[in-house]
Amino acid sequence: MPERTATPHLAWLIGAVLLTAALIFLPYALSLSQQEILVLLVINVLLVSSYRLLTLTGEWSLAHVVIMGVGAYASALVSKDLSVPVPVAMLIGAATAGLVAFLLSFPLFRMKGFYFLIGSFAAGEIIRLLWKWTDLTWLFGGPKGIKLIPPFPDIKLFSIDIDFYNPVNYYYLCLIVVTASLVVLYRVERSRIGLTFHAIHWQDKLAESVGVDTFRYRTLAFVISSFFAGLAGALYAHYIGTVSPTRFDVEEMVYVLIWAIVGGTATFYGPILGVVVLTILNEVVLRALGVDEMRPMLYGALLILSILFLPNGLESLVPKIKGWFAGRKRAVEDARAEAEQPAE
Amino acid sequence: MSLELFIQTVVNATYAASYMALIAVGLVLIFGVMGVINFAHGELYMAGAYAVVALYAGLGLPFFLAVFAGLIFVGLLGLLMEYTMFRPLRDNPLGGLIASIGFLLILQTVAVLGFGVRMEHVPPSTQSKIVLSNGVVLTYERLYVVVAAVVLLTALWLFLRKSKFGRALRACAQDREAAALQGMSINNTARLAMFIGAALAGVAGALTAPLVSPTPYMGHPVIITAFIIIIVGGVGSLEGAVLAAILYAFVSTFVTTIYDGTLANIVGLLLMLAVLIVKPTGLFGAKERA
Repeated sequence: MPERTATPHLAWLIGAVLLTAALIFLPYALSLSQQEILVLLVINVLLVSSYRLLTLTGEWSLAHVVIMGVGAYASALVSKDLSVPVPVAMLIGAATAGLVAFLLSFPLFRMKGFYFLIGSFAAGEIIRLLWKWTDLTWLFGGPKGIKLIPPFPDIKLFSIDIDFYNPVNYYYLCLIVVTASLVVLYRVERSRIGLTFHAIHWQDKLAESVGVDTFRYRTLAFVISSFFAGLAGALYAHYIGTVSPTRFDVEEMVYVLIWAIVGGTATFYGPILGVVVLTILNEVVLRALGVDEMRPMLYGALLILSILFLPNGLESLVPKIKGWFAGRKRAVEDARAEAEQPAE
Repeated sequence: MSLELFIQTVVNATYAASYMALIAVGLVLIFGVMGVINFAHGELYMAGAYAVVALYAGLGLPFFLAVFAGLIFVGLLGLLMEYTMFRPLRDNPLGGLIASIGFLLILQTVAVLGFGVRMEHVPPSTQSKIVLSNGVVLTYERLYVVVAAVVLLTALWLFLRKSKFGRALRACAQDREAAALQGMSINNTARLAMFIGAALAGVAGALTAPLVSPTPYMGHPVIITAFIIIIVGGVGSLEGAVLAAILYAFVSTFVTTIYDGTLANIVGLLLMLAVLIVKPTGLFGAKERA
């Protein structure tokens, strides 16, 4: 269930200001290759947060990365072949992803649980096979995919010239788009619609009995989450410049699952925590160890260990740490009070 | 399509049906008893193939000794999965599935670290083949797979129907708690099911190793095929898995021969989606499991 909305007070405000400042100045503390990873991290935050919206209804899709790919392919194609301006193309990409999700919802939401999981996997594989298919190479570029995707255009305003080839500038663009998307996702979750998603997850028969059309709400969650996954894909495509079927394969989907599960999906911040912590772990610790080949194994072990020992994700540690701090403060106060008490 | 090509395609489809049935039946057995979809099943198949790469192609041991070692090795991997993951996660089927994805990544990386990412070449185990009068060829290597599938699956069927252990296994698949109340050990039946299910995938991988050029990623298309088969056949039904494997292998082999492989994959996946939509319990799926 969603937790109560905390009343904003000074601590929250200061935290928000500090976070904003940190996010703005962060790229200047990083090397060029780290800046590029930072851009991908911001895109992945949107990907995993949009995935969470779908999991609110209790369904776990294995097609989410392919849906991201639909957004990437659509945006790349309309901007390259039809010369649509890139910002418009990105929205078209996101909308296409939402549309594909809408069409897929008719077969997929006849299933639940395992069947939905495997059905979504199959649907995603069909889309990937269409991209790969030699008969459609004229459209999707076959196994090699699409190259030379137009980059995001420079913004020239009076004397300011913002060049999005520079990862720092693209990072700011992604930060704005992703923050706006997260606000929308958050508002949706806290709205009546979001509460209905929760109701469907925990009590779908009861929800139906009070007149909730569960199929329509499941579809709605799937379409909204796919729209933002498609937007993440479009941001990715115009940054990297190429898309290919292997970029959106099941291994990438496994990473999204790992981020969501290691972070935890009960709260809005859980998956974000997961992707941020694991990316830092990946880029700082694993890169320092120089064990690139072993990365999937370490991720696999991490996934198993977190399922076994931290089934509610990293987010379940947050209240514990808070409690630990609060407990320590109280203990300190108690100790002080005890010390001030004159010994009798 | 000429008659020769038709008969040759039937022979090829029979071979494909055989190894697919071995893999799918193992997957269904594990699901039936453990209640977990084992995503790492394709990698168990891969591990069986690499046992033959290491022992037969590498050390030069006799082929069938290597196949037997592969069967035991992969069966033990199944026991390891049961003990470390599926037993602690018994009440959390989604957790079991996700843990098996983690295990898949580990097995893949071990294969990459041990053997490298390139394709392995396994020398043919025998050059003998049967040539029919009209030029249709069946190599002994493929024949071994067909014979192994028929023998092992018949043995499994008899074991499940006739033996005491087999009846305990089916009882656990139907109702775990009721079976436990009758004094059956859930842990023992789970171990047995995991060993048999994994070993079947391992033996399929070991026997097909000379025919497919093993790579660490060979499990991926196999698990997709296995999912299609168990969904079409009905997730809990062993007989359904065998029949669906035959159906899928014939459709897929004929479409590949007439058109191309990608279209065959798309047709297979559409077949599965159609079954899921029309009859989610599968074509042969009964209420009863395993």
